[in-house]
Amino acid sequence: MSGASLSLPLLRLADVHKELGGRAVLRGVDLEVAPGRSLVVIGGSGVGKSVTLKCALGLMRPDSGRIWVAGRDVTGLRGSQRQAVNAKFGMLFQGGALFDSLRIWENVAFRLLYAQKQRRASAREQAIETMRRVRLGPEHADKFPNELSGGMQKRVGLARAIISRPEILFFDEPTTGLDPITADAINDLIVEMVKELGCAAVSITHDMSSAVRIADEIAMLYEGRIIWRGPSAQVYTSGDARVDQFVHGRSQGPIAAIV
Amino acid sequence: MIIVTPLGRATLSILNEMGAAAIFATRVVLAALRPPWFFSQVLRQLVRLGYASLPVIGLTAIFIGGALAVNIYTGGARFNAEQFVPNIVALGISRELGPVLAGLMLAGRVSGGIAAEIGTMRVTEQIDAMTTLSTDPFRFLAAPRLIAVTLCLPLLVLVSDIIGIMGGYLVSVNSLGFNGAIYLRNTLNFIRAEDVVIGLVKAGVFGFIIAIMGAYHGFRSSGGALGVGRAATYAVVSATVLILASNYVITSLWPL
Repeated sequence: MSGASLSLPLLRLADVHKELGGRAVLRGVDLEVAPGRSLVVIGGSGVGKSVTLKCALGLMRPDSGRIWVAGRDVTGLRGSQRQAVNAKFGMLFQGGALFDSLRIWENVAFRLLYAQKQRRASAREQAIETMRRVRLGPEHADKFPNELSGGMQKRVGLARAIISRPEILFFDEPTTGLDPITADAINDLIVEMVKELGCAAVSITHDMSSAVRIADEIAMLYEGRIIWRGPSAQVYTSGDARVDQFVHGRSQGPIAAIV
Repeated sequence: MIIVTPLGRATLSILNEMGAAAIFATRVVLAALRPPWFFSQVLRQLVRLGYASLPVIGLTAIFIGGALAVNIYTGGARFNAEQFVPNIVALGISRELGPVLAGLMLAGRVSGGIAAEIGTMRVTEQIDAMTTLSTDPFRFLAAPRLIAVTLCLPLLVLVSDIIGIMGGYLVSVNSLGFNGAIYLRNTLNFIRAEDVVIGLVKAGVFGFIIAIMGAYHGFRSSGGALGVGRAATYAVVSATVLILASNYVITSLWPL
């Protein structure tokens, strides 16, 4: 792997294996992200992008391999120790994953209200302030998620992820299902938030225009392993036939298209 | 071999399922017993799952009470025992029909509802989101529902007992020719505290089953609308069967 960064990686996965339903999805994933850097993992459908993310977030337990967060081995943590690690994380889910029984401000302030048990008035204030940073007006605060458009729901999800200043932000297909203009606005917001918070970012996507916009570095996942990794500027000139095929979106090449 | 293999596979899968459900129930009970508690969520579920079930419970009870009175009257008439209608209605409702029918109605309304709601949250990644927000979904989703339903069902059964006996009273007085005052006096003289207590104990157990089965199948659901539908069906069916089975066990073990 690159090994370029000398500072301690904030997140590190080493030789992570995971089998699901009898299929080896991850076959030894190695990844690391330094503070302040934005890593984008690209790859086709079903190559294990989501599973990699879920292992990193602690939503899935790897069959073997280790995961470190800020130098601490978190592979087998459970319960309140795991929750303490998750306090460093912010995650934007693909479909937003907003709590549809709660109002927008309660969604944004969820961590403050229920994990930190803050008072409602102060949590609401912080929620509205965070909503302003992702350019959502206070008039949306008392609405429910199903009253907002897809792009707005993504913004709410982003506000919920950044409200308590995470050290690592995770993005699962941040632009999927959005029109190109809204997608671009979300990409801008992601770049802006990562810069503003000074946090590390790990995104998974198959949208190349989004990947080159938000990434410092790009890694390509194929058949459960990272097959290429480099600065985002080099992704179109990687010299790897599989990466080339993917980034140019060709159905002919070493990777068989699954129809 | 042809017969034994599928039989063994089915047995293993049933045992597997029972073990998984038991582990799940233990985890939820532990979550419900230890802080942090989400009181606002318990309150919300008490209203949604308990209070909102009153009409269903009341309607079921009044019709069953009425039908029971007519049946006992018809049966009793065959050996000149019509006068026992108030006694048997009171006993049947408080010991058996009140709790069992309330349990079965709530297995449909509440257990299926919990499974569908939590199942939808599972397939739309809301449960994963909750975990990344450092909040334990067992504490936030499962435990409040368990506490609310287990506390509510005995109260609902108490209401169901009263309305059921009233149903029997209304039918007996209005169409079977009973004297209202005598009917009430017979009911009160006959019914004992333990008749009501066994019904309430049953109700507590049924409430536990309803909440656990709903949450268990909800948490395990996967695969979109089909998976959520399946979770709701499994929750209703398993809660119903467990309610009827545990009803028999409690009835036969009760020291009387």
